[in-house]
Amino acid sequence: MNQWYMLTVVGRDRPGIVAQLTSALYEGGCNLGEASMLRLRRNFTILLMAQFSGSMEALEALVRPVADALALCLHIEPLEGDLHEPRDPPDVRITVHGADRAGIVARVTGALAAAGLDILDLGSDVAGSEQQPIYVMYIDGYATQGIEALRTALATVGVEGIVVHIEPIQTFSC
Amino acid sequence: MLAILTYPDERLKRVSEPVERFEDELRAFLTALEEAMDAGPGGVGIAAPQTGHTQRIVLVDCSKARKPVPNHGRLVLINPELTTWEGMEVGREGCLSVPNYTGNVIRAVRVTLQAQDAQGEAHTYHLEGFEARVVQHEIDHLDGILFLERLVSRRSDLFQRKNYLPSPSKG
Repeated sequence: MNQWYMLTVVGRDRPGIVAQLTSALYEGGCNLGEASMLRLRRNFTILLMAQFSGSMEALEALVRPVADALALCLHIEPLEGDLHEPRDPPDVRITVHGADRAGIVARVTGALAAAGLDILDLGSDVAGSEQQPIYVMYIDGYATQGIEALRTALATVGVEGIVVHIEPIQTFSC
Repeated sequence: MLAILTYPDERLKRVSEPVERFEDELRAFLTALEEAMDAGPGGVGIAAPQTGHTQRIVLVDCSKARKPVPNHGRLVLINPELTTWEGMEVGREGCLSVPNYTGNVIRAVRVTLQAQDAQGEAHTYHLEGFEARVVQHEIDHLDGILFLERLVSRRSDLFQRKNYLPSPSKG
């Protein structure tokens, strides 16, 4: 059981998706790795690492019946697991909020990428009302060129009305 | 060198006993504990039970933090007790006893701490921020609690979704 696969599963949310999917994997001989599962409005989204001794086709045969029964889109890719490679925790958190409009993510992350940000985790929500939507985003990452470089880069983004905060994350080990 | 116990070692769940004798044996152990703390990568604190020694002893040294933070230097905290705490903050923690994992935990921002030193003399400390967090993490070890038991969501703790309900009508 040495091949890792990434399963991407997306569909209309309903109770039991995770239980049915993971039961099929477990009963088929899979070992699960890291996962991100999140409801984005009415849609449930799954990114799931699974270790399986068989082929990608055999893995798909395990989960396809569940996906079809629950009307879920399913995609499977082989990948490297590397689950026990040492990793550094994020050292910076950026929060962004403001009146919603197209281009916030592209402009903010474009400036951050140019200043050396490696994004580890990004989440966003659209809040407010239909008439006055608010965009809220958080990003955790590594500032490979330091946090001041990120501050300098964001000062020139100039998206009117968007508030951006940058906070260092100091992780300890004790 | 004292070995660091790692999860899921059952000994990490034991509740530590108060220190009653402040003698040479204690000071020898403190020296060994300091060595173990300093050997860990970025180790800013250690609790005696992490080495299988179930006594209420904690060492903290936030002058070793990767980025400077307000700190009291190296603290030897014996029989530590939190007497006041205020504020709540999410922060990211790791643990020598839980290798290769960090997670978000809510802790008090400011604490008052009473503890004895290596000679048994009582002291009161006012700690805040990072140093207060480290001390709370270490005192948890004395009670057999790992930060894994206090994890909060990667996501919802950062931005709690607000309920945009209309204000209650007046009059």
